[in-house]
Parts: sequence; structure tokens; C-alpha cells
Amino acid sequence: MLDEYGIVALFAFVAVVFPAIPLLMAWVIRPKKPNKSKRATYECGLEFEDFPAEAQNVWVQFRVQYFIYALIFVVFDIEVVFLYPWAVAYNALGLFALIEMVIFLGILALALAYAWRKGLLEWT
Amino acid sequence: MDFFDNIFTNIYAWLAFWLHELLMGWNLPKDVESALVSAIMIILVIIVIILWMVLMVLILIWLERKNAARIQDRVGPNRVGPWGLLQPVADTIKMLIKEDILPENADRFVHTIAPMIVMMPPVLMFAVIPWGKGMVPVDLNIGVLWIIAVASIGTIGVFLGGYGSNNKYSLLGGMRAVAQMVSYEIPQVLTIVPIVLMVGSMSLVKINEAQSGWFGMQWFVFAFPVGTIAFVVYYLSALAEVGRTPFDIPEGESEIVAGYMTEYSGMKWALFYLAEYFNFFIVCVIGATLFLGGWNGPILPGYVWLVAKTYALVLLGMWIRMTWPRFRVDQLMNFAWKVLVPIALVNIVLAGVALPIFKMIGF
Repeated sequence: MLDEYGIVALFAFVAVVFPAIPLLMAWVIRPKKPNKSKRATYECGLEFEDFPAEAQNVWVQFRVQYFIYALIFVVFDIEVVFLYPWAVAYNALGLFALIEMVIFLGILALALAYAWRKGLLEWT
Repeated sequence: MDFFDNIFTNIYAWLAFWLHELLMGWNLPKDVESALVSAIMIILVIIVIILWMVLMVLILIWLERKNAARIQDRVGPNRVGPWGLLQPVADTIKMLIKEDILPENADRFVHTIAPMIVMMPPVLMFAVIPWGKGMVPVDLNIGVLWIIAVASIGTIGVFLGGYGSNNKYSLLGGMRAVAQMVSYEIPQVLTIVPIVLMVGSMSLVKINEAQSGWFGMQWFVFAFPVGTIAFVVYYLSALAEVGRTPFDIPEGESEIVAGYMTEYSGMKWALFYLAEYFNFFIVCVIGATLFLGGWNGPILPGYVWLVAKTYALVLLGMWIRMTWPRFRVDQLMNFAWKVLVPIALVNIVLAGVALPIFKMIGF
């Protein structure tokens, strides 16, 4: 018998193959006639080639907010890893687990409140 | 009604038996034979699920266009097939024969692999969904965790699409998409915790069974207030995670052309487009399973109930899409971090406190 994760592995295999099939089909039957203006970078009707060199560089600087959101996300995501086992075992653990988790969530809520107060959640 | 309720499981058992008989003649060792049978059966199940999923998404696209048309007082697609039902098929064929334009400066490999990665999570999530009584491909005991874990793969695909196109609009769209998906993943994940808490298991089958009985009154959406709040938070953050219209800032065409899809054409673009619908459908299926009782329901067979509940959520999402204007990016972020996350956190504590009290009353 296949074990559970063998089936999951099969699903993962299909998940890789399934989107490749239409791409391959399209590759077989679609026309292939590239030319220079077709392959130009899209720029709202302007010629990308005519731009000054520094404007052709698409690696623009980003606001720091993206990074901060990502940081807060990582913190919360790690917390979730601890929350799920707690939730599963809650019935067996009793009152002490609840108090512990309230403290745990409290620290986290405090961190969120701190980030909020510091204006890190503002999209200026 | 037992006949219809068990029709798929019976077909499965009959096919497995038939395959077994067929392999008898080969005189294989016993364990090899049973492994072969189960492997072939699982591959069949996967093929059926994929076909079912494609059918559902084609119907979904048609339904959305028809619905949008009705809400905007138009007729919608009505030329291809009866009531325009074959319109999505015609669109797919059209996308297949379109030229695939790869921009000169784009990263060829990343550009190609991005739409494939975006398509992966819905297929992986279909593995653990109970479609009806006994109709679950794999009953993982970490089902919910599996779903939220693979859901974040899509984020990578979207960002690769924006990054590999070598276009400012794509990159901006990709960054926005990542920020949004990452932000809305948190309330979505936190809000499922009370459900796991009430059931005491992460298996979707167990969650489903916990909601049977009492003629629907044990659906978690009726477990006021915890379940109701959890459902609302889940649904809103799921819509945002998928990037449906009130939350479609990553592809806001009035600001950044088409976001991460700017440089895509042909079948690659179609994959992004289809992935959005796949994700929307699977999110509604999970919502129906976790909060609306899954396949539990009277009279009709279980799988009909699950599809009916899913379509109720789908239609609600379409209604929201058609009636709400797009949010601003700061409103969107504020909504996630300042409204949904605190509510979800309080909800967890509420569930933790309320559960022993309900247990004591003997609910």
C-alpha cells in the first residue's frame, strides 16, 4: 500500500506536470514570429530604447515598508507554528495551557501595538 | 439515497477489484500487486479530480461573466453554445494558438516557470479536501496545516513573474502582490485556529464530522460568536489573498497596467488567469468545508451539498466583486493589520475561554 505521503508526492508530481501540459501544447501549435518591437519592454506606448540609460534600469529602489511588512509577517508566521499544536492538544492541556497562550498572544499583541504606535503599519 | 451517496466510493471499490482481478493473471508477488493497484487507483483519482477542477473553473469563468453582465444590465456571452456556455472553451482554444511574446530583456527561465508555480497550490490543496462521505484522496492528520503551507507557494510564483519580466510595472505589481498576500495570509491562518481548537484535530475529515448532526446547527458558522467571526475574517482575507476585485491592487490596471502580468501573453497569461479562478474556487471549497459543514446535509448526497455550499460562497464573492470599487493600497494594508489581525487574535482567546465553559454546560 502507498502510504499517505506517497499519495501527496504523487499530487505534487501532478501539480508540476499539469500546468506544463497546456504550455507544451501551446508551444507546438502557436505561431513563432518574434520581431524587435514585439519583444520590446512594455512602456505605455513609448519606445523603451529611447529612454536614458538610468531610466532603462528597472531595478528601482523600493520603499522600506515592504520589508517591514515582511518582517512582521515572519514573526506572526512563526507564532502560528506554535499556535496550531496548542489548538490541537487544548482539550488535554486544560486551564494552564490557556493562561500560557494568553501570555504568549499578549506578548505578540504588545509587539503589534508597538509597531502600530511607531507608525510601521502606516503606508505613507 | 444511500445509492447516490456512495456511488463514487462504490465505483472506486469496483474498479480496484476489477484491476485486482486483472493483475491476478500476472502472478505478481502479493505486496507488489497491491502497491500497483493502489498506485493506479490514486492516479485515476488524481486525473478525475483534475478534470473536475478544470470543468468547475470553466463554469466559474462563464458564471462570473454572466453575473457581471446581469449586475451591469448587459446580456453577457450568448453566442458560443447555449447561453454562451462554451465561451470559456473558445477562449481557451484562442489562448492556445496565440503567440507567446517573450520580452528581450526578460529572464527566460523565470518568466516561463512563474505561471507554472502559480498553478501548483490549488492542485496540492485538492489532495486533502473531503468531497463527500469517504471521498477524500488523502486524509492527512495535518490537513489544515498542509493547506496553509502550500497556499504560500503561489506568492513565490507571482513574485517570480514580476521579477523575471524585467519591466517596472511587473516588478511593482509583483512587490505589491507579495505584500498583500503576505499580509492577508496572517488573518487567514489565525482565524482557522479556533476551528482547530473546537475540533481538536487538523484533519479536514474530522473537522467535517464534527459539524454533522443537529440539522446544520453544528456548522461552525453558527457557533456564535467565535465561529461566525472566524468565518467572516476567513472569507474576507481569502478574497484578498486570491486578489479578487475589491482587493486587486497588484493588477490594478488604472495604476500599473496589469501588474505582474504586464509582459505575459498567450498560454502563460492564460495560466495566471486560470490560477486566479482555481484559487478562488479552492478557497471557497475550504471555506465551505471548515465553516459551512462540508458535505453534511439532509436528503441530497454529500458531494452535491459541498458543491452547493461552494457555489453559494462563489456567488457571494462575485457579488462583492461587482459592487465594490477597488481599495487604495494603504486602506488595504490597514484593513489587514489593524482590523483583521486584532480581531483574529481576540477570537482565539475568546475560543479558548468559551470552549471549557460550553463543555461544562454540556453543550
